[in-house]
Amino acid sequence: MGGEISILNVNKFFGDFQVLKNVSLEIRKGEFFSILGPSGCGKTTLLRVIAGFEDVQEGDVLLDGESILHLPANKRPVNIIFQSYALFPHLTVFENIAFPLRLKKFTESEIKERVGNLLNLIRMEEHAFKYPSQLSGGQKQRVAIARALANEPRVLLLDEPLSALDAKLRQELLIELDNLHDKVGITFVYVTHDQTEAISVSDRVALMNDGKIIQIGTPYEIYESPVNVFAATFIGETNLMKVDVLEVEEEYYVVEAPGVGVFRCYKDKEAKAGNRLILTLRPEKIRISKQKPMIFENVFHGIIEEEIYMGYQTKYFVRLDEGYIMKVYKQHVRYLLDEPILHWKDEVYVSWDPNDSFIVEVLTS
Amino acid sequence: MKYTAVYVLWLLVLFLVPLSIVVLFSFLEPRVHGGVLWSFSLRSYSYLPQYLRLIWRSAWIAGVSTILTLVLALPVAFYISKSGHKNFLLLLVVVPFWTNSLIRIYAWRVILGNNGVINQFLNRFGLEPVQFLYNPFAVILVIVYTYLPFAILPLFSSMEKVDESILEAALDLGANKREVFVKVLLPNVKAGLLSAFVFVFIPALGSYAIPDLVGGLNSKMIGNEIARQLLIVKNWPVASAMSNLLIVVSLVGILLIMRREKMK
Repeated sequence: MGGEISILNVNKFFGDFQVLKNVSLEIRKGEFFSILGPSGCGKTTLLRVIAGFEDVQEGDVLLDGESILHLPANKRPVNIIFQSYALFPHLTVFENIAFPLRLKKFTESEIKERVGNLLNLIRMEEHAFKYPSQLSGGQKQRVAIARALANEPRVLLLDEPLSALDAKLRQELLIELDNLHDKVGITFVYVTHDQTEAISVSDRVALMNDGKIIQIGTPYEIYESPVNVFAATFIGETNLMKVDVLEVEEEYYVVEAPGVGVFRCYKDKEAKAGNRLILTLRPEKIRISKQKPMIFENVFHGIIEEEIYMGYQTKYFVRLDEGYIMKVYKQHVRYLLDEPILHWKDEVYVSWDPNDSFIVEVLTS
Repeated sequence: MKYTAVYVLWLLVLFLVPLSIVVLFSFLEPRVHGGVLWSFSLRSYSYLPQYLRLIWRSAWIAGVSTILTLVLALPVAFYISKSGHKNFLLLLVVVPFWTNSLIRIYAWRVILGNNGVINQFLNRFGLEPVQFLYNPFAVILVIVYTYLPFAILPLFSSMEKVDESILEAALDLGANKREVFVKVLLPNVKAGLLSAFVFVFIPALGSYAIPDLVGGLNSKMIGNEIARQLLIVKNWPVASAMSNLLIVVSLVGILLIMRREKMK
C-alpha cells in the first residue's frame, strides 16, 4: 500500500545555483501531501528527485526507511504524473495504460483485467481505443493517472497536473483526485503553485520558497498561523502592517500602526515595548458596517475606495482616516436579511477581534 | 492561393516537362549518333530484362546503404536534438556540402586507394596492402558518407518535436533505455524515418558518380549504364527507358513502405 517518504537534509545545485537548500520532509503513509510554492522555488525539482530524474549533491531520500537514491527512475516503486500528462501519442488509451504491464511481461489476460479495472476506476471504458489526440484535457489527465497506477506504485507523484485546465474543470478534477486518493489509498505527493488547490484537498502542506521549506502543516495551520510574511502573503489575501509596540499586556500588545492608529493584537511572539513587528490580518476576519459597532475595541472609521462584487462576497478597499488602505471581504450569506449593501464612497466602520491580528515577524528586538 | 500559379509553373517547367521528354523519348527509335527518330517503338523496353542483375545489384547496394545510413543517423540526430549547441552541431553536419561532392569522392580514392592513406599506414607496419576500392564495399561506404546528412536532418527535426516528458514517462513506468528508444522514441519519429529513407534511398539507387569512381566492374549501378547508353552507345531511347524503370522501382519501393506503415 502507501509508502512513507523521508527527505533528509537534501541539497541540490544546478551549477552554482542552489535549488534545494537543506530540505527535510516526512511524508506519511497514505497521505495526500502538497508541496506548494511560487514557480522556481524548487518544488518540481524536489518531486523529480523523488522520482529519480534528478540526483542530489547532499542528503538522502528514504522510501519506507530505505534509501532510494541509488535506484534509477525505472526501478523506483513511485510513479509520476507530468504537467503535460506525457501520454504516448502513438498508443491508444488502452495501450498507454498497458505500457508498464507489457514491460513487465504480464500475460495478455492479466493485462486485459488490470487495464479494464483501471479504465473502470477512471470511468473511461468507452474511450479505450481512442488516441490521446482525440481526448479532452480532463480525459488525458485521467488516463495519465491510470497509467501511473498500473504499476501499483507505493507513491504517486503529481507535478501540477491541473495547471493546463480551465478553472471549472480544475475544481471537478481536484475533487475526483481526492476521491481517487481515498479509493487507492497510496501516498500522493502533489506539487502546485495554486494555494487553493493545495489547501482544499491536502492532509498536509509544505510551503516552499527559494529552495527552502518555509512551513509544514495542515491546510488550517498554514492558512491561520503563517510563520512569516511570505507564508502570510502567499496563501490567501491579507493585510500586512508594520507596527510599534506601545504596551505589553498579559494576552495582547497595544500597538500603533502608521495609517491605522492604536489597537490591540494577539501576543503570539515575544516582544517588548518599542519593538517593531509585522502583523497579519485576514480581510474576511474584519467586520464592516455603516453604524459604529458597540462590541469590538479595534474600530476605525474610513471611506470605501473600491468595491469588487463577486456574488458570494464583496471585496472592499477601505481608506482609513489616517490613510491606510484596508482590504475587507464581506460574505453575502442571507439575501435581503443582510445589512444594506455598502457602496463606493460610503462612510464605514471597520473592526476586528484582537485575536485575529497577530504577529508574523518581529523586526527589532 | 496567390502563389499557386507560380508553384504550378515551377513544377511544370522544372519537373513535368523534362520528365515527359524522357518518357516520350523512351518510346521512340534511336538515331545513330544520338538523338531520336520520330517513330513509335517499344524496342527500348525489350532490352530491359537483360539488365535485371544490374537493377537487383543497384537495389541491394542502395538498400544496404540506406539502412546503414539510418542506423548511423539515428543516434547522431538524437544527440543533436538533446544538445545545448544544436545550431553549431547542425552546421557541422552540413559543412561537407561546402565542398563539391566529386572532390569528396576523389578524397575517398586518396584515402582508400592501393597507394592511399590507409594502405601507406598499413605498409609502415609491414602489412600487405588491402584492395579497398573498386568493389561494392567502397560504393556503400561512400554512399553512406555522402547521404548521411540527408538522413540526420529530417530525423533531427522530428526528434526535436518529441516531448521530452514522454521519454521520462516511459523511464518512470519501468522501461530501460533501450525500451525507451525502441518503444517510445522510434514510433514517434516515424515521419522523420520515412523522409530520411526517401532522401537516402532514391538518390542512392540512382548513384552514378560514386560507383563510377570508387566501384569496380562488379559494383556498377544502373546509373552508370544509363550514362553509358546516353554518352557512349548514344542510344537515347534505351537510356530513357532505363530512367523510367528507375523511377518505377523507387516509386514502388516507397509506396510499399508507406502502405506497410498505414497498415500498422
